[in-house]
Amino acid sequence: MQPHLSWDLVEDVRQMLAFPFMVNALRAGTLVAVVAGAIGWVMVLRRQSFAGHTLAVVGFPGAAAAIWLGVATGWGYYGACIASALVIAALPPSARRGGLGGFGEESAVIGTVQAFALACGFLFVSLYHGFLSGLTNLLFGTISGVTGTQVQVLLLAALPCLVVLAVLGRPLLFASIDPDLAGARGVPVRLVGALFLLMLAVAAAGTSQITGSLLVFALLVTPAATAHRLTARPALGVGLSVGFALVASWVGMTVAFYSPYPIGFWVTTVTFAGYLLATGWRLAADRVGQRRRPGSAVASAAARGMPA
Amino acid sequence: MSGNPGQLRVDAVGPVSDSAAALPAPAVELTDVAARLGGHRVFSYVTLTVRPGEFVALLGPNGAGKSTLLKVILGLVGHTTGTVTVLGAPAGRRNRAIGYLPQRHAFDADTRIRGIDIVRLGLDGHRWGTPVPLLSRLLRPAHHRQAGQRLAEVIDLVGAGAYARRPIGQCSGGEQQRLLIAQALIRRPELLILDEPLDSLDVPSQAGISALIQDICRTQRVAVLMVAHDVNPILPYLDQVIYLARGGAVMGRPAEVITSDTLTTLYGTPVDVLRDRAGRLVVVGQPDAPAHHPGPSR
Repeated sequence: MQPHLSWDLVEDVRQMLAFPFMVNALRAGTLVAVVAGAIGWVMVLRRQSFAGHTLAVVGFPGAAAAIWLGVATGWGYYGACIASALVIAALPPSARRGGLGGFGEESAVIGTVQAFALACGFLFVSLYHGFLSGLTNLLFGTISGVTGTQVQVLLLAALPCLVVLAVLGRPLLFASIDPDLAGARGVPVRLVGALFLLMLAVAAAGTSQITGSLLVFALLVTPAATAHRLTARPALGVGLSVGFALVASWVGMTVAFYSPYPIGFWVTTVTFAGYLLATGWRLAADRVGQRRRPGSAVASAAARGMPA
Repeated sequence: MSGNPGQLRVDAVGPVSDSAAALPAPAVELTDVAARLGGHRVFSYVTLTVRPGEFVALLGPNGAGKSTLLKVILGLVGHTTGTVTVLGAPAGRRNRAIGYLPQRHAFDADTRIRGIDIVRLGLDGHRWGTPVPLLSRLLRPAHHRQAGQRLAEVIDLVGAGAYARRPIGQCSGGEQQRLLIAQALIRRPELLILDEPLDSLDVPSQAGISALIQDICRTQRVAVLMVAHDVNPILPYLDQVIYLARGGAVMGRPAEVITSDTLTTLYGTPVDVLRDRAGRLVVVGQPDAPAHHPGPSR
């Protein structure tokens, strides 16, 4: 049966949920969005977007190799992402200086590794004959292939990841903003940074399974960057980031279900539109704020309906 | 500035003991301390004492090991010889009672974290867990209120009330520095260690921050040890200076240490200290530090 989009939204959702694969996809999308939104907010704060992208790209050859070897793709994604996170964490800290724990001058090395990873992934896809549509799915995402086991694996990865994030929260924020000071106050800065990279690997591996390796930023960066534009409060920022990621994931999947075009495009479009709106709002708010200094922060917070 | 030409404690080796008994226990005491960094000797035979409520500047050319000395006091860099006692314990043991401001570049303009959140990290940033503002207000109201009060108090103390709720990236250099001093002060430290807090600030901000630090030092009875690139903004407030150069150190009153004779002995080459009409000091002729003190060049 072919689903028909009507003006009755309840009926639309009911139609969509009648398909077990869509229920799985929505479950997976929800799990992935929560993890990506929360981890992404910290990643944007730490300026580790490049590391996040690298981890996601490395997930592609992992998944391709898994298909070639006849293993579930989840193993490939998680195995490759976590292994490369451990490698990045093991690099001496002096090689990763620059910014707030960013990659600095190492970016050329990372870029080289990314190119090689993509090439390897393509090789594995070629070695596995007769799975041509798999390539676009791996790179740009799909909603049709999410299995019940995959959802369970995503849940098993997401829960510890969120627990660790909750335990690390405050020291992680401290070490991200001011590593020197956090170190002097007894925060194990390197350990916290390494654990964060592992969480980032889990988030990137999970997101890759929904949006594809090349579009992970749709859920990992854009909602977080949008939240950073809208608020400078950490707790609210993480909440907004998770919220945007969830909305983007649900809306993207629904539209992908009713349209012939891939999910990656729709999720990216929703988050991109949100980002543009937030950027415009920020520019306008800053302009108004400058006109009304001092107390601009209080004024703009009140305008947003938040307690100042 | 106070031109007291008292007894010269210039080649100070061993703890100072002028008016012996009545002095309180020192906040920082280093005896014959040497440190190595990456296999190189940074300094040796450094002996110094900072007492509670004293404002002490740490001066010296680039690369003399000023920041390293601070890290030795914080226990972040080990010392090879000598003893380091900080607040009555070996270095690193009582860091929670030290307010520390590392040498830093300004926050990027797009760092979108409020100043007040950064100050708050000084209170409990090292503790595991994630605070949820709403939840902590419900579950631990007394604790929540106390923390909020202390936060307001310390922001008021540094005069940052007008911009504490703005993203820190949008604050000026001087405003950021005030917020960071508030962060360092929030746990009522007994010792404040500041690494070049005046660096890259404009002249009025330098004067403002200097006066603020002096005020904190006097009213809160906090010992202040501050690395300075240029001594002039803080010169009127200083109790002691430590001059670090060529791997050694000299400690004493500013008028005793920043003199041509003392610095010539310390550097081992002729160095002149000139004074302009406004009382500013200019050190001329020191090797390896061409732009150490501003003013008319040689």
